[in-house]
Amino acid sequence: MLLAVLSGFIFALGLAAFGRRFKGRAVVLSALLPFGLFAYFLSLLPGAAAGQPAVYRYAWAPSLGVELSFHADGLGLLFALIISGIGTLVFLYSAEYMKGHKYLGRFYAYLGAFMGAMLGVVLSDNILALFIFWELTSLSSFFLIGFKNEEAASRRSALTALGVTGAGGLLLLAGALLLVYVTGTYSIREMLTSGVALPEHGLYPAVLCLVFGAAFTKSAQFPFHFWLPEAMKAPTPVSTYLHSATMVKAGIYLLMRLSPLLSGHQYWHATLITLGGVTMLYAAVHILFRTDLKGILAYSTVAALGILAFLIGIGTEAALLAAAVFVLVHALYKAALFLIAGIIDHEAGTRDVTRLSGLGRIMLPVAAAGFLVAISSAGAPPTFGFVGKDLIYEATLHAGPWSTLLTAMAILANMLLLYGGFVAGIRPFAGPLPEEFEKAHMPGPLLWVPPVLLAALSLLFGLAPQLLEGMLARPAVAAMVAGQPDFHLKLWHGFNLVLQLSGLTLAGGLLLYWLFRPSLRLERRIGRLENISPKGITEGLARGFERFSGWYTHLLQSGYVRRYVFIIISFLLALVSYRIFTSVNLYIDYGRISSMATYEAVILLLMLVATLIAVFTDSRLAAVAAMGVVGYSICLLFVFYSAPDLAMTQFAIDTLTVILFVLVLYRLPKYLKISNTRGRLRDGALALAFGMLITVLALEVLNEDINREVGNYYAEHAYVLARGKNIVNVILVDFRGMDTLVEISVLTVAAVGVFSLLGTGLDIKKRGEK
Amino acid sequence: MEILLAIMVGLLYAAGLFMILRRSLVKLIIGLVLLGNGANLLIFLLGRLVKGRPPIIPEGSKALAGAFADPVPQALILTAIVISFGLQSFAIILIKQAYKVVGTDDLDEINATDEDA
Repeated sequence: MLLAVLSGFIFALGLAAFGRRFKGRAVVLSALLPFGLFAYFLSLLPGAAAGQPAVYRYAWAPSLGVELSFHADGLGLLFALIISGIGTLVFLYSAEYMKGHKYLGRFYAYLGAFMGAMLGVVLSDNILALFIFWELTSLSSFFLIGFKNEEAASRRSALTALGVTGAGGLLLLAGALLLVYVTGTYSIREMLTSGVALPEHGLYPAVLCLVFGAAFTKSAQFPFHFWLPEAMKAPTPVSTYLHSATMVKAGIYLLMRLSPLLSGHQYWHATLITLGGVTMLYAAVHILFRTDLKGILAYSTVAALGILAFLIGIGTEAALLAAAVFVLVHALYKAALFLIAGIIDHEAGTRDVTRLSGLGRIMLPVAAAGFLVAISSAGAPPTFGFVGKDLIYEATLHAGPWSTLLTAMAILANMLLLYGGFVAGIRPFAGPLPEEFEKAHMPGPLLWVPPVLLAALSLLFGLAPQLLEGMLARPAVAAMVAGQPDFHLKLWHGFNLVLQLSGLTLAGGLLLYWLFRPSLRLERRIGRLENISPKGITEGLARGFERFSGWYTHLLQSGYVRRYVFIIISFLLALVSYRIFTSVNLYIDYGRISSMATYEAVILLLMLVATLIAVFTDSRLAAVAAMGVVGYSICLLFVFYSAPDLAMTQFAIDTLTVILFVLVLYRLPKYLKISNTRGRLRDGALALAFGMLITVLALEVLNEDINREVGNYYAEHAYVLARGKNIVNVILVDFRGMDTLVEISVLTVAAVGVFSLLGTGLDIKKRGEK
Repeated sequence: MEILLAIMVGLLYAAGLFMILRRSLVKLIIGLVLLGNGANLLIFLLGRLVKGRPPIIPEGSKALAGAFADPVPQALILTAIVISFGLQSFAIILIKQAYKVVGTDDLDEINATDEDA
């Protein structure tokens, strides 16, 4: 099983290495990989149906609780079969569709990686592994959406998709960690069986928000739906694979998977029903305003996802069954419609439904497939769509007090879906053939066989839904409800209310199809509303955020040394003084203070005056001299307080510094009086506050006892071990000789630097003279 | 004495910081020197003041006895003085050359790497 999930990644890596040789027959043969996976997952089905799903565990990062554990139960397998099955067709289809493309190898590598990630999402048992695969689907879809990377629109929509789904991924991580915290296990299976009543837990609203955030962004629920229609910039096989059949269902999968754990509370049901309902109606109405085939399909996909969320929100067994079946129904007909749209685009060169017609004369098999999947999307007998739609009405009719409203919503959405399906699957093929398309011809079998196959499956499952019942539908629902589900999938239920509603849907949808003509005018009209649509708002927010971060960065990263220093010191000051004044007992222990002689007072006074002069004088010479006075005063302090070595060093160094300064002083610029009084006051206040902080800190430290262990050690051993009597010297040249060596190296580097700088100066001068 | 010295250290820090916050390069260097002096004095103060007992072993004995100034802070400060001299001399020469090449000592005018900026 590990191999099955990772094979997509291995395939992608292999292509990264040998991508150049990947063409011709090898491309077609690559479809064997998803097909093999499909067969493998089929072989796992009986186990899942018998209630003993295959389990595989592999410790990956045990210290983090991440393990690669896979669990093929009914729900996971339903999705895995869709992924690998449609994957096979898409691999075949792309071989023809993308033939001769420069980056064919790259394209297949992305597809393979995506397939692997998607399988990982639906089969992972470990919730952190699920998160990782989830993010990998976002990443690989980013590359697939932006595959035509020479187009700005493509790049932009890829970024939008990554932004939305990536943000959702982060929410998922947070939600997953909360779930782990509440349930105490990383395994989803154990979470579900742990018996923790999550809706009563205090963190339930937070978990719910995070999981919803993740699922809604991934599955394009309102108001995050806008990335999906945008993502139609991708090559059509990608739209087929990611945006109808698999990736957008990841959010639905997550909701289904966690529904036993999270459902049962009003928050769960109300949110999902409301948002799912809004999504399906909002998107379904949008179908009317589109003229681009893929745009229509994108919005009808969003509407279908809305229906799924809506059904999960209703949460009864019937609703969950309807959702599980509808996932398959939708995958079959929507993938086929996308593939057909791709064929039309490929052969006729346009996807504009106002221009397309009559293509049925040229490509009869495609037209037949289009017709079949269109009626499947319409939910008309005898297709699988009819079974799905019946189940939806069953579910809404028994959904409690609001059932009438919910059923009405479902009917309206289905009418519009019918319209969308007919426009995409029938209109381009019906009617007379205009001149401009006469050159179009029948596509190669690699293009037309996959949609025909899907259409045939739609028909087959419609005629014999019991094929799915025991193997797929029942285990899938069993994963979502407690106890053994009991139902039978049938095409024909007899003349009951559901059938009448179906009839109503069909009649309404057909009426709409006959009366309503998509037009550019309408599309433009709705385009004007873009500013207040979720997409416009999100983009506005993103722009605002960009501007804000730009402003913020400029504020902090101004490029002025003094501003950096100012910010750093202010922060330090605020932090340390807060700590000192809130939790340190301030006092001065006078017992530890030594007395002061007059000459010391004089020296301190001297220092004070010199410091003030150094700061406030306008003359550079005076400032340097004052600086020297400060240094010499310190030197005297060292003499008084038992530090002869320091005194000597300070004296020498201070003298040298002053001399150096004076030597270059007249090569230096005059003082500029640049800053204004306000700036000086502000800096002065900060500087004084900082100085006071240091004083307070110093006084506080002086209250404590000092540990002289190290000093005493040196004092005892200086002569015994190193035969030196000046302990400071012994420390420097003996005990810490290595440090002194490094120090000397630093000085050498500085000296070399000074020397070389003087050298460049000469060069510049010479150049100037020439 | 300690109190006054602590205040003095604070003052040196304040003066150094104030000078560093100025736009003139020369003032920046003077600020660095003052700040360095303040830091040295702070370490010295925190090593406790001991009058008239340098850490030098007297003739004839093998170890220091009784009260004496702690040699460790002194060794630290000695190192710091020397290193800061290296820094200061390098900085002084650097601004001299920078002034020669750029023609300004206004920090705000030399904060871009592009020549025409």
